Amino acid sequence: MVNQAISPLLQIVDLCVSVEDQQILKGVNLTVNAGEVHAIMGPNGSGKSTLANSLAGRPEYSVVSGEVLYRGEDLLALEPEDRARRGLFLAFQYPMELPGVRAWQFLKAAVDAKRQHNGEEEMSAREFDQFLKDKVSQVDIDPELSRRNVNEGFSGGEKKRNEILQMAMLEPDLALLDETDSGLDIDALRIVSEGVNKLRNPSNAVVLVTHYQRILNYITPDFVHVLVDGRIVRSGGADLAHELEEKGYDWIREMVS
Amino acid sequence: MAEISSKYPQYTHDYHLVGSDKTETTLLEEMRQPAWTVFNNIGLPTARRGNEKWKYTDVRPIANKTFVYAPNVSIDRGLELKSLENFTPNSDDWINLVFIDGVYQPRANKKILDSVEVSTLHEALENHEELVKKYLGREADYSEDGFTALNTAFIEDGAFVLASESSEENTVVNLVFLTSGQVSDCVTYPRVLLIAQPGSHLSVIENYVSLCESSSLTNSVTEIYVEENATIKHYRICLEKAHGFHVGVSRVCQEADSTFISASFALGAAIGRNDFHVLLDGEGANCELSGLYLTLNDQHQDNFISIDHAKPNGTSRLFYKGILDGSSKAVFGGNVIVRKNAQKTDAQQTDKNLLLSDSAEIDSKPSLLIYADDVVCGHGATAGHIDEDTLFYMRSRGLDAETASRILIHAFAAEILDKVDLLPLGEFLNNIYDEYIPSATLSFGSVQ
Ligand SMILES: Nc1ncnc2c1ncn2[C@@H]1O[C@H](COP(=O)(O)OP(=O)(O)OP(=O)(O)O)[C@@H](O)[C@H]1O
Ligand SMILES: [Mg+2]
Repeated sequence: MVNQAISPLLQIVDLCVSVEDQQILKGVNLTVNAGEVHAIMGPNGSGKSTLANSLAGRPEYSVVSGEVLYRGEDLLALEPEDRARRGLFLAFQYPMELPGVRAWQFLKAAVDAKRQHNGEEEMSAREFDQFLKDKVSQVDIDPELSRRNVNEGFSGGEKKRNEILQMAMLEPDLALLDETDSGLDIDALRIVSEGVNKLRNPSNAVVLVTHYQRILNYITPDFVHVLVDGRIVRSGGADLAHELEEKGYDWIREMVS
Repeated sequence: MAEISSKYPQYTHDYHLVGSDKTETTLLEEMRQPAWTVFNNIGLPTARRGNEKWKYTDVRPIANKTFVYAPNVSIDRGLELKSLENFTPNSDDWINLVFIDGVYQPRANKKILDSVEVSTLHEALENHEELVKKYLGREADYSEDGFTALNTAFIEDGAFVLASESSEENTVVNLVFLTSGQVSDCVTYPRVLLIAQPGSHLSVIENYVSLCESSSLTNSVTEIYVEENATIKHYRICLEKAHGFHVGVSRVCQEADSTFISASFALGAAIGRNDFHVLLDGEGANCELSGLYLTLNDQHQDNFISIDHAKPNGTSRLFYKGILDGSSKAVFGGNVIVRKNAQKTDAQQTDKNLLLSDSAEIDSKPSLLIYADDVVCGHGATAGHIDEDTLFYMRSRGLDAETASRILIHAFAAEILDKVDLLPLGEFLNNIYDEYIPSATLSFGSVQ
């Protein structure tokens, strides 16, 4: 009975988004329930990152129409930092470098902001040291990376791993992974996937944007959606990803036209 | 020599009182007179046309004001001495020399070392007359510089530092020039003479700190002589108040294989000028000048920095950074000259600026004049705003925009702040910048 009253974790209704006066998303509908993993696939430029960034609140992506409910609450009315504090996390396709900003300082500020939002006290420096150490070993990244400036001079793969470290530290309820698997070597792919799997629990959800079947061998999606030209044109189970890999996007385009 | 009609009656009045109550030390008196004559001839550099040195700074607000020579006003200066550590960096391990409103404070604790002598110019004239005679004023040419002429015309006392060969790098001399604010509209003329004898090592901090809420002028001249194989680490801290004017002249002369590493921090002045000149006068000399300026509201900061490679095999690194907010303005004039016989010179200069508002303005003019042919030289300047994408990245991790921008601004400053390797000074400066650094006034793209 109680379960029926709980609204979906994320509910996107007819979302239209434009960037620099060009409409990119043309009515996206998607519902994500707690405990689910959704994969979003689609050709280059179809709007996958636009969707992920809009959900995170990136200023240059303006919502033209539509609605996004996060746990029943109007997500689009929230500032990006408030979305993050409520448990939304975007692993960026191209993570930014923060010149001169120490990872320790940045991560602590992020963790404390969330704790404060939840009515918890800030972590002491010592507590945080331990917490960071634990997470670094959990996601198996080079501890040296956590001592450097955030992403500054990191390789592409190192940046992706660093996103996963941040995700592990912030323990999001809704993780949006935008091509986190691209540019990863095989070991890193396994580590990242394990990291995601470890974080999975019945109360959170993962939406992962990917071009490749291979990450889905590690993280089995409950649903696969295909985004073409700003619309989800097809949804299915894990098999859809295999089918896509075999047949390519032209097959989808033909089917929907 | 009485002036018939001076443009600066208050300076004239005060000039005639300087030293009048003392059994005068003739050397200083001998220096004052010709400097005063020059000052009367050239005045302050109010004309900007054709004046490359003052092209971007209007000194009329300084020239049009009447400033009273602070040491001529008798007040009790005991109070500030006690609370000095609230306003200046300090450590029990340092040798302090304190001037309040231009007056030497003998009660400031003085640590004594054999290897480094720290005294007033007056005391130095008794113990090292030949040295003072030889060096004082040698590099501080005032023939075309009204502010240096004025400072020299008012030489009454000053700080004297002499490092000998047995000195050690961890010796720190802390020079404090405090404007207490008890005399309104006051001017002080701090003067520093530092001689690092061959093979000596020393860290020295010059603090120019004002607590004066009314207008005030600090017109300082520092001369530093770094002899063969000597190493000086130098910090210059200028913390003025909103109505304070600061014109600081630094002249450094380096002999062969000497090292001079300096960081300048300028904050708060209505008009601030950091005129810093280094002459590499010996082979294989190395100098690193860095600086950080922060301007808010309608403040103006002029950095006029030059390095003259006169001898071969020298290296120089000139690296300044600026943070500008409000409708403030800053100037970076960097001039590196490589003389004809200064072969194998390696010189780099960089100026980077972070603009926090659309109305802040930077004139960054790094320039290189190279007359030698076998050299490695480079220069560059940048100016930019806080990157919106970077800011979004931080916000997407839960940091609010203000916190995120402050972290980014502080990180920008840290590249210079991290060069300070004296812990108490580093902490002092970090706290100061934390307090002063504004959050970026960006037009954040807000939610739809
Ligand atoms: N900031 C921007 N300015 C201008 N155009 C943009 C911007 N961001 C996205 N676009 C455009 O929007 C369209 C969708 O881009 P998006 O990044 O969402 O694609 P994607 O599906 O993530 O592609 P990929 O698989 O290559 O990552 C593209 O045509 C892109 O050029
Ligand atoms: Mg993308």
